[in-house]
Amino acid sequence: MENKDHSQGILWEVFIQGNPGIPHKHAGSLHAPDAEMALQAARDVYTRRSEGISIWVVPAANITASSPEDNGSFFEPSNDKPYRHPTFYKVPDGVKYL
Amino acid sequence: MNAIENAKYELCLRLGDSSLIIGHRLSEWCGHAPILEEDIALTNVALDFVGLSRNLLSYAAQIQNQGKTEDDIAFLRDVVLYRNSLITEQPNGDFAVTMVRQFFYDVFSYYFYNELCNSNDITLKGIAEKAVKEIDYHLRHSTEWLYRLGDGTVESHQKTQDAVDDLWMYTGDMFATDDNYALLQEINIVPDMKKIKEQWIQKVNTVLETATISVPQNTFMQNGSLKGLHTEHLGFLLAEMQHLQRSYPNSEW
Repeated sequence: MENKDHSQGILWEVFIQGNPGIPHKHAGSLHAPDAEMALQAARDVYTRRSEGISIWVVPAANITASSPEDNGSFFEPSNDKPYRHPTFYKVPDGVKYL
Repeated sequence: MNAIENAKYELCLRLGDSSLIIGHRLSEWCGHAPILEEDIALTNVALDFVGLSRNLLSYAAQIQNQGKTEDDIAFLRDVVLYRNSLITEQPNGDFAVTMVRQFFYDVFSYYFYNELCNSNDITLKGIAEKAVKEIDYHLRHSTEWLYRLGDGTVESHQKTQDAVDDLWMYTGDMFATDDNYALLQEINIVPDMKKIKEQWIQKVNTVLETATISVPQNTFMQNGSLKGLHTEHLGFLLAEMQHLQRSYPNSEW
């Protein structure tokens, strides 16, 4: 059981596109030794029930993520700015084709 | 059954049994594969083969026209009546053995079923057209493993070379033909097996070379599966596979 961390290959994040034109969505993760095997494993693990038409696999180590400590400065400033949502505005009477 | 119907029936057994047995072998890995991802991959492939077998054995039952189903054919025949090729019944061994066995059979399936898409028999043509997309992926999967195992570590290379050396003598039997096959070939229902064999040898040589595995030369070939002469492993497999139906005849879920 030595070298346990590497016995299953590195961690990959899997993104699946469900239909043409819509964004790839995070589906989950898996272990694989390299990109081709990650792609094949993703096909077998995440697209068995016609979930997708395109797969991206990305080494998890290559993803830079925000940390919970960033939440205050990153996300809270928008909490008191409801006018950034389109639903903030009333549609004037008589506007057609909106 | 007339001569042509009988030949078609035998062909369906040959192809259907091979699919069923290699599918069953792969299903034995379920819950035991080296990593979770490969466990799912192998079971996926196993299901593809069992599905293909179901199509072929249903057609066999239809040709036979005795009111039997594909389940009767699969679960109520003993070793000597099975027509699967010898390579498909070989035990899983280690992961290298399974992958080498799979690769050998995938290359055969790839060329054979692609040719079968041109069959004069509309049902076989339909079954083949459905199967080739699955087989395409099977071959890609086993080929990529062969590269990585053969050209991997010293240990994986040795295990792969051993698997190739051990399984090689069962590969010739895949291309065995008989009078029934010749009859079907005459009326363009099945492809020329010599051509399939040439393509198989070429592909296997190319992949093994890239995988840094040497190809065994001039080795004795086992044969006999077309006459029901199998290796000792098939009986154990059938005992397990048929256990439920044999112990509780006609039981249903």
